[in-house]
Amino acid sequence: MNVDSIQNGIVIDHLKAGYGMRLYELLGLSDPELTVAIMKNVTSHKLGRKDIIKIDGITDVDLDVIGFVDPDATVNIIRDGRLIEKKSIEAPERLTNVLRCKNPRCISTTEQELPQIFVLSDRKTKTYRCLYCETRAEK
Amino acid sequence: MRSVIDILDLSTEELSELIKTAEDIIANPEKYQEVCRHKKLATLFFEPSTRTRLSFEAAMYELGGNVLSVSSAGSSSAAKGESVADTAKTVSCYADIIAMRHPKEGAAYVAAQNAGVPVINAGDGGHLHPTQTLADLLTIWREKGRFTGLTIGLCGDLKFGRTVHSLIAAMSRYEGNRFVLISPEELKVPSYVKNILKEQNIPYEQTEDLMSVIGDLDILYMTRVQRERFFNEEDYLRLKDSYILTPEKMNEAKADLAVMHPLPRVNEISVAIDKDPRACYFKQVLNGKYMRMALILKLLYEAGTLKELPERSRA
Ligand SMILES: [Zn+2]
Repeated sequence: MNVDSIQNGIVIDHLKAGYGMRLYELLGLSDPELTVAIMKNVTSHKLGRKDIIKIDGITDVDLDVIGFVDPDATVNIIRDGRLIEKKSIEAPERLTNVLRCKNPRCISTTEQELPQIFVLSDRKTKTYRCLYCETRAEK
Repeated sequence: MRSVIDILDLSTEELSELIKTAEDIIANPEKYQEVCRHKKLATLFFEPSTRTRLSFEAAMYELGGNVLSVSSAGSSSAAKGESVADTAKTVSCYADIIAMRHPKEGAAYVAAQNAGVPVINAGDGGHLHPTQTLADLLTIWREKGRFTGLTIGLCGDLKFGRTVHSLIAAMSRYEGNRFVLISPEELKVPSYVKNILKEQNIPYEQTEDLMSVIGDLDILYMTRVQRERFFNEEDYLRLKDSYILTPEKMNEAKADLAVMHPLPRVNEISVAIDKDPRACYFKQVLNGKYMRMALILKLLYEAGTLKELPERSRA
């Protein structure tokens, strides 16, 4: 993969600097089959500094996960070297089986078969809380 | 299926309906003594809490109903590794309504999602305990006759005291209340509780000194300051006595102050105050039973298990 241009894939751009690795982790991009480039602390007109993730070869990712990490990110779908779609990103109301609750007293940490659900509890601050115990999710 | 997990599951309209029902039960207990005949309440207590369990069971008996009781965590199905969801489904086959206490936060929510009958959260770890707040609210109502324009002091452990957080959330929904948060630095209310107050522009002050504010209060809600909450013994010893309510301190308080406490107490309220007419904590226990009765009736009626409720007498 040429880091500058990909033929078929996704470019997640305008990520707040420092969020790239977290998103890489939550999207499961460490999968050895995937070709991925992360650029961090890139100079940006809009943000000053930003992170970028380029994924080669796949065109569907969980947009809710991106919306959770940074709803201001942009997602560009590339086919045959051309930008064919810009996806709009929003902070999702619910995140299912993306994060695990870190509260050891939470029912979801004891009963592992329960779905791990986080709910957007404050749209202004983009705060997510565990559905079960209301512990705040870390970004 | 309607369940009650959090005090905020109930609207203020519903709360005032519950209070009206509780007051009618107090005035006319005989009218209610057969209402739940042949109905069963299951009390599932996965951690011991004798007083809460007794309150629910007394409530159901006074409605003429029956009780299925699981009170020992060690012998319960949870000890055999059964999930909360499966337990809730199983017990729904036997009981018309469930009151559940569980050491894990969110357990009552999981039970409610899976039960075929209404679930009342009787405490889920350090998280929520809505029927304690119902007891607190009926006590405030009966002592003060209103939920508005009150100066409410909360004293002691405001950090870990879940009853304090729920009471602040519940009383924040009414106009004109002011909160006075009295605690050592180490046990101040968590920021999310303060945010509830800030966002709604509800006036509050924080202080470490009970005596400097006691004369302003309409309600003083005491909680236990536990030794294990302190980082060092010195701080504990220095602070513990300033959060003990004594008859001398009560001399500085208003004549119509209501002193409340979720109980059990250790030494934070002198026994000598029990005789003071301003002491309301044992009334709170009794009020808890009446509110649990009112809540059981409401949920059984909404579930269609009870076809009708006694008509309330006009006060
Ligand atoms: Zn949780």
